[in-house]
Amino acid sequence: MSRRNIITLVVMALLAVLPPVFYLTGNAFYLDLATRLTILAIAAVSLNLILGYGGLISFGHAAYLGIGAYAVGIPAHHWLYGGLESLGLATTSGYVQIPLAIGVAALFALVTGAICLRTKGVYFIMITMAFAQMMYYAIVSIEEYGGDDGLVIDSRSELPFIDLDDPLQLFGLAYVSLVVAMLIVRMIVNSRFGMVLRGAKGNNERVVMLGFNTYLFRLTAYVIAGAMAGYAGALLGNFTTFISPEMMDWGRSGELMFMVILGGTATLVGPVIGATLFIVLEEVLSSLTVYWHLPFGLLLLAVVLFGKGGIMGMLRADKEDSE
Amino acid sequence: MTMLETRSLMKSFGGIRATDDLTLSVEPGELHAIIGPNGAGKTTLITQLCGSQKPDSGTILYKGQDITRVPAHKRARLGITRSFQITSLILDMTVIDNIALAVQARQGSSFRLVRNARTISAIRDRAMELLTRVGLSDKANMVTSALSHGEHRHMEIAIALAAEAELMLLDEPMAGLGAEETRAMIDLLNGIKGQHTIVLIEHDMDAVFALADRISVLVYGHIIATGSPAEIRANKDVEAAYLGEESGAA
Ligand SMILES: Nc1ncnc2c1ncn2[C@@H]1O[C@H](COP(=O)(O)OP(=O)(O)OP(=O)(O)O)[C@@H](O)[C@H]1O
Ligand SMILES: [Mg+2]
Repeated sequence: MSRRNIITLVVMALLAVLPPVFYLTGNAFYLDLATRLTILAIAAVSLNLILGYGGLISFGHAAYLGIGAYAVGIPAHHWLYGGLESLGLATTSGYVQIPLAIGVAALFALVTGAICLRTKGVYFIMITMAFAQMMYYAIVSIEEYGGDDGLVIDSRSELPFIDLDDPLQLFGLAYVSLVVAMLIVRMIVNSRFGMVLRGAKGNNERVVMLGFNTYLFRLTAYVIAGAMAGYAGALLGNFTTFISPEMMDWGRSGELMFMVILGGTATLVGPVIGATLFIVLEEVLSSLTVYWHLPFGLLLLAVVLFGKGGIMGMLRADKEDSE
Repeated sequence: MTMLETRSLMKSFGGIRATDDLTLSVEPGELHAIIGPNGAGKTTLITQLCGSQKPDSGTILYKGQDITRVPAHKRARLGITRSFQITSLILDMTVIDNIALAVQARQGSSFRLVRNARTISAIRDRAMELLTRVGLSDKANMVTSALSHGEHRHMEIAIALAAEAELMLLDEPMAGLGAEETRAMIDLLNGIKGQHTIVLIEHDMDAVFALADRISVLVYGHIIATGSPAEIRANKDVEAAYLGEESGAA
């Protein structure tokens, strides 16, 4: 087995076992931490599809988390306070909320991606960020959903067989979702579609000359990544039960990018390692000192600048071509 | 039917007329070399033929069909492929993945998200066959950036072959090659010749006269002469404009 695969299995095994153990031994706090990082890891894995494998530096990925969370929060709000019954959007049913999260996120990705992908380089970065900020201000401006004060989700999504009010079950759902997300990304990047996507990252002109309309390939990947992050957002809403526009802020998008780069782009498990390290370090440092932002930032910068290929690069597991 | 024809093609960059009333015709199956001094507009011509740049005016006909406004990726599907003067490969992919992508392009839809591309033998076997043909089968699993310049040029040919293109536009395939490598490339092209129509841009005169069926001479974006290698050698205008200058400098 390759070094990369071993690391992937070890990381995923630890993530499956440790949090429930902590929880069952009376450290509920660590399970919370693990649930949060697992959900963010799903978003990071989805971002890696376009950033790592597609070379598309999207600086607006947190918008999809926000869309997903509000797709849970808004129907739950109307379920409690009335309104939107005619649209069937006054509900706590996961069967409505989760497809809504995925669908709206995919649609947002399709519309904005169609425009963003016409640009390159710095323009692409700026315009993805601008669209995400538009979403941010759109939510801020809606009084009914709390504006920038945010929205409390009084009742979590109702799903068959799973009770999301149980922290262990919520973690379990997040974990299984992460594994599925990783398998989907792995399948896509190794497919013929994935070869075109990766080729276009390395040398777009060449791939166009081979006869591929790389714009369509990139847009498709962009929509898939958006939909997956929208799903992660729905989980995040269920986890925090308090959502606000702040979760779509460009700083949040930057954090997701950081997780991907920190762990190692274009590797399956890199974003998971990145998300874990990010959340755990943030937690540890902020408990040690109130001035934790500076050392945290410096530490992250050091890994990104000096450890080429992120953590996976440092472990010499970033150069193997297949997963 | 003529394979490729341009009629009064024009393309300017600011004040520079890179393509100036350029009329050219390439017959099916021939190896048509285009020679001309640096900056004559050879690469600019190729970019217009393959569609990555649009001419200001004029017409490009491919097998009698007007393709002037057909985008690059569609021209590739029609059977036109180009190689790049400056090597254009996907450096962070393996050698075989580069070729496999070209094979994949040829074999129909790539909008397939499920099956692992590296397990599809129709693609892998064909890619390996092409690598063998250009003498690179032993390097198949190396990352492309690790290969030499000469080997990169051979990969370019393998990619052009993968397209099974009817029309291959080769922009200075010998650029930057040593004497040995140049000879290997001439042999390779000699093996391909006749199976595809080839437009060959080349500075190396020995290569051009060894390979070409016909030669066109491009000076300041305009074709001043077209003919067999013997005719071009004997042409006084060409000598004045180009060959003389070349032999004088050598
Ligand atoms: N994108 C561009 N913008 C401005 N000028 C350009 C551009 N491309 C080419 N030119 C100019 O057009 C002219 C023709 O360039 P081109 O690259 O086609 O020449 P060439 O015959 O291929 O030369 P070489 O033998 O050096 O490869 C040159 O004067 C060049 O500077
Ligand atoms: Mg040139």
